[in-house]
Amino acid sequence: MAKIIVNDNSQEVTLPLTVNGLISLNGVEQPDMVSVQINGEFIERENFSTTEIKDGDTVDFLYFMGGGR
Amino acid sequence: MYDFTEEELQRYSRHILLKDVGVEGQEKINNAKVLVIGAGGLGSPVILYLAAAGIGHIGIIDGDVVDLSNLQRQIIHTTKDVNYSKALSAKEKVNAINPHVKVTVYQDFLRAENAMDIIKDYDFVVDGTDNFPVKFLINDACVKAGKPFSHGGILRFEGQTFTYVPGHSCYRCIFNAPPPKDSVPTCSQAGVLGAIAGMLGTIQAAETLKYFTGVGELLTDKLLIFNAKTMDFRKISVKRREKCPVCGENPTITELIDYEQAACDLQNH
Ligand SMILES: [Zn+2]
Repeated sequence: MAKIIVNDNSQEVTLPLTVNGLISLNGVEQPDMVSVQINGEFIERENFSTTEIKDGDTVDFLYFMGGGR
Repeated sequence: MYDFTEEELQRYSRHILLKDVGVEGQEKINNAKVLVIGAGGLGSPVILYLAAAGIGHIGIIDGDVVDLSNLQRQIIHTTKDVNYSKALSAKEKVNAINPHVKVTVYQDFLRAENAMDIIKDYDFVVDGTDNFPVKFLINDACVKAGKPFSHGGILRFEGQTFTYVPGHSCYRCIFNAPPPKDSVPTCSQAGVLGAIAGMLGTIQAAETLKYFTGVGELLTDKLLIFNAKTMDFRKISVKRREKCPVCGENPTITELIDYEQAACDLQNH
């Protein structure tokens, strides 16, 4: 078991786990539209399937918000 | 030097009393030129507070007319303004609040073709729009023109904002490209709690005033997200992305783009 932080909440996950794996684990509805930061660095979308989550990682899922009027 | 009259010293006294602002800070506010894009949910509080603060020149661009369904959150407009130009309605309120403010009205929408020409006359831009094509257009135009801007987005019970300053992370560093058309529900389908527009718009107005007075730390390289259901506020540090298509090392976006009208949210967390 590895302990990571996802959007400020701690989460226990089993490694190995890729960014794509974490996205589906968290039930993100439209995974092709979420932006992902690990330890403050953006992960390029083409690397979602190869980037591995490590113990102690801080992950942020960022979502579009387009309203204003 | 800005020569304050007795009336102005009294009008701005609560700013001038602030140690961090003072007469010098108020003078910077009075010399500032700000373009507010959209006189709607976010634009309403932004324009009202910037007018009250004495921003010297406010540009208001909006090609829409007031609809009855706008009044739930677009507090610069009143019931008698229904069917009237939003930009002109907003200008009238600014004049009523503070006759010292010069207002330029554009009864139009920001497009790839007019963006650079309109933006060039201002020192700071506020995004008060409701759709991704224009949000990306504002970002790209401001990055290219080297203009700082405040980004704002609201949806349902949530809001998100950051302040772009040249050299720091831009909207495309965070969100590479607009979501595909029709991939997400529209604003009118999703809805928004009216006061959320006020919460986010007043943050944008405060950032604008902080930018000109140099007070405190801006939301630069920081994305502020709040959820009014829980009143949780998160400030996420973001970093400029090498591969950013507009501000990165090898920019692929060299011309402004009019994306097709896309919808306004992607939120499920
Ligand atoms: Zn960028």
